[in-house]
Amino acid sequence: MNKLIKPLLIALLSLSAINTFAQDNKDDLEKLLGEDQPKKEYVKNAFKSNRVIQGHSMEMTGKGVLDFRILHRFGEIKGGWREMFGLDQASMRMGFDYGVHKNLTLGIGRSTVNKEVDGYVKYRIVQQSKGAKSFPVSILLISGATMQSLKATSNNYLSDFSNRLGYYHQMIVGRKMGDKFTLQVSPTFVHRNLVATTSDNNNMVAIGIGARAKLTNRMALILDTYPIVYGAREAYNYFPLSLGVDIETGGHVFQLHITNSKGMNEKAFIGETTQNWGKGQIQIGFNLSRVFTIVKNTEGSW
Amino acid sequence: MKKLLFSLLLLASLQTQAQKYFTKTGTTIFNSKSPVEKIEGVNKATACLLDTRTGSIDFIVQIKSFVFEKQLMQEHFNENYLESDKFPKANFKGVITNHTAINFTKDGDYNAEVVGKMTLHGVTKDVKFAGKISVKGGKVIITSSQMLLLQDYKIAVPNAVKDKVSKDVKITVNTTLELMK
Repeated sequence: MNKLIKPLLIALLSLSAINTFAQDNKDDLEKLLGEDQPKKEYVKNAFKSNRVIQGHSMEMTGKGVLDFRILHRFGEIKGGWREMFGLDQASMRMGFDYGVHKNLTLGIGRSTVNKEVDGYVKYRIVQQSKGAKSFPVSILLISGATMQSLKATSNNYLSDFSNRLGYYHQMIVGRKMGDKFTLQVSPTFVHRNLVATTSDNNNMVAIGIGARAKLTNRMALILDTYPIVYGAREAYNYFPLSLGVDIETGGHVFQLHITNSKGMNEKAFIGETTQNWGKGQIQIGFNLSRVFTIVKNTEGSW
Repeated sequence: MKKLLFSLLLLASLQTQAQKYFTKTGTTIFNSKSPVEKIEGVNKATACLLDTRTGSIDFIVQIKSFVFEKQLMQEHFNENYLESDKFPKANFKGVITNHTAINFTKDGDYNAEVVGKMTLHGVTKDVKFAGKISVKGGKVIITSSQMLLLQDYKIAVPNAVKDKVSKDVKITVNTTLELMK
C-alpha cells in the first residue's frame, strides 16, 4: 500500500507543480484580460453625418449633441457664366438636429423653397454590430411633417391650414461593409395634403439608395438617390439624384455635390423634383454641418 | 532520492507563487495642448501587470475606451488619428530597471525608471520612462507622465488643423495595482 501511495503522491505533486507553471503562463496580461473572447462592438461612422446628402443617413446625432446644418442649392449650372453657373441664385434650408438619446434624434428646419418648415423624429431600432451577438445592419424609422408658411390670399387654397401640410415616413436599412464602403436602402412614403393639379398623386413611394465610399480618413464620395416607384406624374416628377464629396475639417463637415433637386426635406425632394438629369438640369449644392456639445459625453467604448 | 525530488517539486511550486500585482481599472490620460480648446481623453480601463520578482511591467490600453467630453473629438481621435479599428490597443512591455531597490512589502515612495517597448498606432518603439512607485497598504501605485511625439508613431496631423493640434501629447498614467492571488 505504502509503495503505491508514494509514487501517487509524487505524481500528484508534480502535476500540481506543472499546474502552477501553466498558471504562470496564464498570468500574461492579455490572457488575464480575456481578450481572446469576442466582444460585441457597435459599428460607427457609417456616414460622416446624419444625412447622406438630401435624405437621412443611418447615422444618428450623438446624445447631447446639437447639429446646426446650413444647406444651399444654387441655380442650374447650364445658365453658364452669365449666371455664374447658378451661383447667382440660391435657396437654403437652415436646421437643427439634436440627439436626445443615442437612438433618438429630433430635428427641425426651414427651407426658403415654398417657405416650408419641417420637423422629424428619427429612431434607431437596432444598430449594426460585430463580435459576439452581432447584428448585420442598422434599422431606423423616421417620421416627419412639413408646413408651408406662405401667406394665404383670398384665391388660393392655403387659407385651409391642412392644405399647408405634408408628411413622410421612412425606414432605413443600412450596412457599413468593411472600413470604406456603406450602403443603405430607405423605402419612403410621402403624403401631400394638397397637390398642384388633379394629375398629381397625393401619395408617393420612393426607394432611396444612399452610398458612401471613403477615399481618405477625411474625404468620401457619396451618392444619394430616391427612385420613385409610385405616384410620379409623367414627364413632371423626376427622381432626385445627388452625387458629392464629404469633406471633414475639424468641427465641420462639408458636403459638396451636384443634384437635380431643389427640395431640402423629404416631402420636397421626392414630391417636387421637376428637374431632369437627362436634360442637364442640375445644380451645385452644399451642406454644412457644425456640431455643438450641449451635454458632455461620458460614454467610452467608442 | 525521493525526499529530494519531493522538496524540489515543492520548491518549484513555491517559486511560481511570484509576487504579481494587477489591475484593469487604471487611468491613462491623453492630453494635447491646444490654444483653441481642451483636447483630453480619459481611459479608465488601463490594464497593468507587475511582477515584483523580475521587475517586469506590462500595460495594455484599449484606444476605444478613451472618453472625450466632445463626441466629435472622440470620433476624430478614433477614426482619424489613432485609427482604432486598425490598431485597437496600445501596449507597453518593459522592466523596472531599479526594481531591486524597491521594497514592495513595506509602505513607501520610490522613483522608478522603466525601459521597454511601446506599441502605439501599430508602431513599436524603444522607450524609457521615469515614474513614481508608491507602496501603500499592500497596494502598488504607479504614476508617470511622459511626452510623446505624434510623428514618432506615424500619427498624422492634417495641414488644416496644424495650428490647433500640437505635435506632441502628454500621456499620464495612474494605476493602483493589487496583489494577485
